[in-house]
Amino acid sequence: MIATVISVPQLIVFIVSVVIIAIGGVGLLSARYPVHAALFLVMTLFGVAVLFIEEGAEFLAAVQVVVYAGAVVVLFLFVIMLLGVDREEITSFAGDTVRVALAGVGVALILAELFIVATGAWVTGAHAVAGKLSAGSNIGVLARSVFTTYLLPFELTAALLVIAVVGAVILSRRMSGVAQPRAHESREV
Amino acid sequence: MFGSLVSQLPIRLPSISYQAIGPELILFGAALVVLALSATVGRREHPQLYRGIGLFAAVAEGAWSANLLRLIDQHGPSLAIAGAISNDGFSAVVGIIVAAALVLTMLIGPGFVESVAGQGPEFVTLLLLSATGAIVMAQANDLIVVFLGLEILSIALYVMVGFRLRDGLSREAAFKYFILGGFSSAVFLYGVALVYGATGSTNLVKIAAFLSSHVLINNGVLLFGIALILVGFGFKVSAVPFHVWSPDVYQGAPTSVTGYMAAMAKIAAFAALLRVMMVAFHLQLEFWRPIVIALAVLSLVFGAVFALRQREIKRMLAYSSINHAGFILLGVLAATSGGVRDSLFYLGAYSVMVIGTFGLISLIQVDAGKVEGSLSLDDVRGLGRRRPAVAVLLAILILAQAGAPFTSGFIAKFSVITAVISVNEYWIAVVAMVTAAVAAAFYLRLVLALFSKDEAEVGVGDALYPVAVRGGSDQGLRLSTASLVPIWIGIWASVAITVFFGLFPTLLLDLVSRGKIFY
Repeated sequence: MIATVISVPQLIVFIVSVVIIAIGGVGLLSARYPVHAALFLVMTLFGVAVLFIEEGAEFLAAVQVVVYAGAVVVLFLFVIMLLGVDREEITSFAGDTVRVALAGVGVALILAELFIVATGAWVTGAHAVAGKLSAGSNIGVLARSVFTTYLLPFELTAALLVIAVVGAVILSRRMSGVAQPRAHESREV
Repeated sequence: MFGSLVSQLPIRLPSISYQAIGPELILFGAALVVLALSATVGRREHPQLYRGIGLFAAVAEGAWSANLLRLIDQHGPSLAIAGAISNDGFSAVVGIIVAAALVLTMLIGPGFVESVAGQGPEFVTLLLLSATGAIVMAQANDLIVVFLGLEILSIALYVMVGFRLRDGLSREAAFKYFILGGFSSAVFLYGVALVYGATGSTNLVKIAAFLSSHVLINNGVLLFGIALILVGFGFKVSAVPFHVWSPDVYQGAPTSVTGYMAAMAKIAAFAALLRVMMVAFHLQLEFWRPIVIALAVLSLVFGAVFALRQREIKRMLAYSSINHAGFILLGVLAATSGGVRDSLFYLGAYSVMVIGTFGLISLIQVDAGKVEGSLSLDDVRGLGRRRPAVAVLLAILILAQAGAPFTSGFIAKFSVITAVISVNEYWIAVVAMVTAAVAAAFYLRLVLALFSKDEAEVGVGDALYPVAVRGGSDQGLRLSTASLVPIWIGIWASVAITVFFGLFPTLLLDLVSRGKIFY
């Protein structure tokens, strides 16, 4: 069924990248050390980037690698390094049979739901808008969408960033106040 | 690549109606002004200036919304900015309600919150930013815009709940609210994605147009999406079974923040819920009404029953707010224009009285030497003799929450129950009235405690003097007379509005009945 939609090389690329994503995801959850988990996350994000290229969304693939695999995970690694690299994660699922079993049930439910959603008959809504772009460059289509239909949401993210920055500053001042109240007072000039 | 870019048609920006987004611009602009001023003239030197700017912005926002309502009545509603927001009576009326809640909080809150958050501009800034998010949610005609408004509102609330990070209870509350709130946002977003998959659009009007022109033979994806969106909203309004965060958060947050959160989160989330359900999924009513009925009935029953068992006043009011959420959901499940009107009435009446109630609880806490923390039922025993004015005003607001006649609470409960009866769901109306009676029991218990004569906890000598005069705890907040003035103005305004609209409900009913949703 799938072979009629896409060609064999594409299918092979798809399967390989899905395997990479799945290994990365499972590794992320089962890794004992936070650094390993972060590196597994990079693996997953690269796999997703390959899938974007296969869909013809090269720009999104580049953003995925630069922003997520690059900037975000590097930030994670920074935090992990600051907290101590060799610390074993205390909340790791590995070794806790009950929780692993519960997580397994959850994953099985989600997979079952995805199967129901994905096997044709249930999806009878609008025609899928995913797939290769019919005309124009990636950036052109993206810009058209961001600056016409989604202009207001695009601008609203500015408000969201402002509130996130203000909130982070306020909370970090409070946190430093918790640790050393005197220093907190004297620093505020 | 550049060639392919320029060969296409030029991007034509949609026309931007600054009039329609005026409320957001006023509030967000004021927040930026406060931040810029605090960076230039100093953080702590001018707390009154920041509060004045906030108050002015809130009043200006209300006036702008009222003017919008007048224009909409004359020229009719419209969609603005590429259909992303809806400029209709509903959003204008919600804008007025948001302004009322914001003005009351600006009057009552800062004096108390200064004790835990310092005299800086933080509280005023966060209030203004969160109210911006609330207005965005009320106007949103696109699920993405709803989500962005939800996040702007919620992130500001998470930070405000965490103001007392030195306190373990508050820290727990902030983290619980943040993690569960983030989780519920993710659930909501998953629902949006599924609805987009099923209908090909995130725009509410386009979704409605698609669903009215297409028959979905197998609509599993759409229904799953609607269910997840309802779950996301259920978390935000703390409807049972998505309420587990609310008692802890209500207790742990600074009291003034609790009052504001109870009001604003409900106003915004119910406004967005009403619009999404009425505009986009009105044809799917037969599918989502049972879910909303279940949420409403569970919230009504569990809110009232669990509140009976609480001895901590803020936790009790948390369960009472769950009960109130159940009542407002009655207007949602009616899914008629009358139901929308009654929900708006309830939201307006409830937000005014809940902010006043928590303001009075803040005052009692100051007397007891507790800084915005928790307050047990024993702490207020016999308050009627020590602080008669506080006790009487609190009793009025508590009775209004219980739905006593001659208060706006009575008309609010009455009107949502009529809305349910008008769609022939009699048994829900019966359940609602029974839970109102159960709820009256715990409200009355609080009122009786206020005026009880037995002073089990306080000795005879202590009873002669207010606790604050006794001293003993130098951590207690001393409110100067100057900072008490706006607090009392806010509390009296809250009581006056509650009683006034209880005596003359038609004035408020006229206003909210102009809040029609445009589609």
